[in-house]
Amino acid sequence: MLAQAVEVSEFVRPHIDWHAFAPELILLAWGALVTVIDLIGLEKTRRYIPGLTGIGFLLAMIPVLTLWNDGSTRVLFDGAYVVDEYALVLKGLFLITGYVVVLFSTYYMADGDYYDSEYYQLIAASLLGMLVMTSARDLISIFVALELISIPAYLMAAWRKRDLKSNEAGLKYMLMGVFASAIMLYGMSLLYGVAGDTRLSVIGEAFTVSESKPLFTLAVLFTIIGFAFKISAVPFHTWAPDTYEGAPTPLTAFLAVASKTAGFVALVSIILEGFSGQAEVVEPFMWILSAVTMTVGNLIALKQTNIVRMLAYSGIAQAGYMMAPLAVYGTVSDAARSSIVTYLVIYAAMNLGAFTVVIAAARRTKSGEVASFGGMINWSPGLMAAMTVFLFSLAGIPPMGGWLAKWQIFSALLEADRNTGVALAIVAAVNSVIAAYYYLNIAKQMWFLPSPEGEFRPFKVPAALTAALVITVVLTIGMGVTGFVPEITEFVAAP
Amino acid sequence: MTEFLNEWGITIMVFLPLLGVAAMMLIPKEAEGSHKAIALGTALVTGGFGAWLLTKFDDLSVEELAALNETGNVPLYESRQWIPTIKASFDVAIDGMSLPLIALTLLVTPLVIIYSLNHIPKPGNAKMFLILMLVLHTGMLGTFVAQDLVLFFVFFEVVLLPMYFMIGVWGGPDRLYASIKFFLYTLFGSALMLVSFLALFAQTGQETFNLVGLAEAVASGDIPLGTQVLIFGGMFMGFGIKVPMFPFHTWLPDAHTQAPTQGSVILAAVLLKLGTYGFIRIALPILPDAAVEWAPWIGGLAVIGIIYGALGCLAQTDMKRLIAFSSVAHMGYVMLGIATLTDFGINAAIFGMVAHGLITGMLFFIAGSIKDRYHTLEIKRLGGLLVQAPRLGWILGLCTMASLGLPGLAGFWGEFPAILAAYQPAEPLSEELFRVYMVIAAIGTVLAAAYLLWLLQRTAFGTPSDEFKDDPEIVDVKLTEWISWVPLLILILVLGFVPGLIFDITDSSAVEALKNIGVK
Repeated sequence: MLAQAVEVSEFVRPHIDWHAFAPELILLAWGALVTVIDLIGLEKTRRYIPGLTGIGFLLAMIPVLTLWNDGSTRVLFDGAYVVDEYALVLKGLFLITGYVVVLFSTYYMADGDYYDSEYYQLIAASLLGMLVMTSARDLISIFVALELISIPAYLMAAWRKRDLKSNEAGLKYMLMGVFASAIMLYGMSLLYGVAGDTRLSVIGEAFTVSESKPLFTLAVLFTIIGFAFKISAVPFHTWAPDTYEGAPTPLTAFLAVASKTAGFVALVSIILEGFSGQAEVVEPFMWILSAVTMTVGNLIALKQTNIVRMLAYSGIAQAGYMMAPLAVYGTVSDAARSSIVTYLVIYAAMNLGAFTVVIAAARRTKSGEVASFGGMINWSPGLMAAMTVFLFSLAGIPPMGGWLAKWQIFSALLEADRNTGVALAIVAAVNSVIAAYYYLNIAKQMWFLPSPEGEFRPFKVPAALTAALVITVVLTIGMGVTGFVPEITEFVAAP
Repeated sequence: MTEFLNEWGITIMVFLPLLGVAAMMLIPKEAEGSHKAIALGTALVTGGFGAWLLTKFDDLSVEELAALNETGNVPLYESRQWIPTIKASFDVAIDGMSLPLIALTLLVTPLVIIYSLNHIPKPGNAKMFLILMLVLHTGMLGTFVAQDLVLFFVFFEVVLLPMYFMIGVWGGPDRLYASIKFFLYTLFGSALMLVSFLALFAQTGQETFNLVGLAEAVASGDIPLGTQVLIFGGMFMGFGIKVPMFPFHTWLPDAHTQAPTQGSVILAAVLLKLGTYGFIRIALPILPDAAVEWAPWIGGLAVIGIIYGALGCLAQTDMKRLIAFSSVAHMGYVMLGIATLTDFGINAAIFGMVAHGLITGMLFFIAGSIKDRYHTLEIKRLGGLLVQAPRLGWILGLCTMASLGLPGLAGFWGEFPAILAAYQPAEPLSEELFRVYMVIAAIGTVLAAAYLLWLLQRTAFGTPSDEFKDDPEIVDVKLTEWISWVPLLILILVLGFVPGLIFDITDSSAVEALKNIGVK
């Protein structure tokens, strides 16, 4: 105690590498600027807020690119905050995701007559948490980042305040989220208790020599369960479909892509660094979690008639695939990391795209039912072609990007050369066939079946949505044909 | 110029159809005439260019081509980087094994598009239909030229999409069921195939996905036989479902029956061959020891398929479904040829693939035309085709004769050598077992004669039923039909008399593919 007190009194400000911090700082400053502009301009500036927010996200991309160009790993705060290739790839992913979310939120929010300026400020705040999360290598900064991501999201989930379902979505999400945080915190406190430090690298080393296995197992279990809620792994997924359905659809996309990715980032950091020496404890747990998540997610998705709920369950199943390499990380740590990042990048493009189509089509159909997509071949062939690309990408059919994501996951599982890996690969292979059924079900509606309400006259997709669609379609196909994602994520492997 | 074409020729051939697709996307769908013109033009240019490329064939195996390519670009072999991180490269080549199938693809697609000029099935939309056809063209050509497992997998899957939509949008009354069944069956097989591809990659030390490289790595490595057998099993699922082999054949009759005529023709002529081609191009050369373990089972399933397919044919009341079941039987002969693991058997198999493509493709064309005229394919309502449309009737006669393996027509050279090959299978295989298979397969030819002659008798002979007696729609062969059929009919005759045209090309590749069989 005394020693610690002395240390505190002799505190010197650690050296801060401003370049390494630049993306977060730009985002913070820009978010504040947008808030001030909104406060001063009120109604007059309201229509410029989405555009301004989007520009801010793109501005924050600049230091990400210069840091990538620089290439060196920057360690801040005694290893609690690290800016390496892994962090940079994901920062870039989050910023682009954020930009696309702003693009397709624009009309939705304005049309619904919601308080839209605050919505964008909250998106920016949540995104800031995500950027911090990519670099966090310390239990406390991970936790702070996670809360910074989640609290704005609780608010936004209940954004359509006159709609009961949206209220339900917000409340459910918050209660479950807080509950998960509490469990995770308990697990983290156990980790700190055993290791005596909050930095992941130190925890990793401490546990390699530690003999307190039961305590460690308990700590691992609680921490992972906490994250399992965040990434909606089965059996901790029950909040996701209700929240996704009730929340404003653009926010649902944000939750399903960005928020889930952030949960994965934390999980990957903690498991691969903090639990690096304890694979035999963590792996079986991740194996079961992965197999159950993908299977249950897919089986329930088969029954869904609401398209957003279906995408929610498909997202749950996709999380199962993403977790799979963590079941063999003891042997193929590098491959596990790069394959998961590859999956996250490709998943973001295709899932955001699918949500963009849902948002665009809902402007016309005013419905979230799968059947409302009927006859799209006649009333919007362009939208149908885009959705077909995303669906087949999600199903993992080349030449769309999804196949490469699956390929990398399978590759990591089989590279481990262990029976558990092979078994999980076969489970995933069978699952990908089940998943194809419900993705094809949407394709069937669009291509083969007539519209439920007779013929629609063709309609025009607004410019911002078109931009979001073009970005996601080009990325989804480009990733599948040129295979550039593994070329980038190759670098994330060796920290 | 030659240098450039040596370096890019195959790539250009594979992706030319996509150029047409890009052009068609820019034209509104009302301009059906220009869509048809562009699609046909693209297919003809691809065919012409491809045919010119194929004339450069010099009886070199892929290995020899690759060795020559080290010193300078050679025709029919291209190797370039694609995704270096995952060791996938864009390696494409044409050798004796793929040449006949590429030629078949290059021929059949333009013919199908010619047929489509005035046969766009309901509900119309020529633009979408022809775009899908051209995408399919690229996928099929790509699968046959791929020399890299990743590339092969990508093209193998690309083929699924257009066919799924073709059946689902333009198919018969039961099209929704048939299309999803087709898709899920194939996807199930290819998912397991993907696992075994990656397992093979991991087991060979993650060096390369190149087929020749993998074969060398397996031959010089020490992968346990049990593992090899399992990896082969994954491939067997992928290729076997595509073929389709008994008991995975149930998607085929539905898909064939519900697909529009053009879809059935492409499906029968080319798509089924992707599976058998996978066996001789990938599974056998790379995993020869596992192939020896699997061969008796493959042979067994093949002869079951022959008998089962034939019996299935006898029970059909729908002409298109009957032809579909006959495919199961015919692909059984192809698989029996492959299962013998002899060069004789593989040559027969490749010939059988081409012959089946020509003959069954023709039969589906005829069925489509009969459907156009009679609006039904129910055998018992048909009859008297020779009276009402004599030329169509005689063409049907010729094709059924070819299909049942009459000597002098192409079908004979696919079936007979395959049966003969089973008399003397490769060294490590049980001679007794394969002779039993041989006898069963021979019985299958009798059944084939029975169902095909019965079909001919009930549809072409006799007098027209009252229902159709004075139907003005029943006319003889039309011009577009003549143009799209004549090349196939000529080939059926020519290959029947001069089978050496194909055997001379395939022989050295067949020997090459089997060089590691029974070495260990």
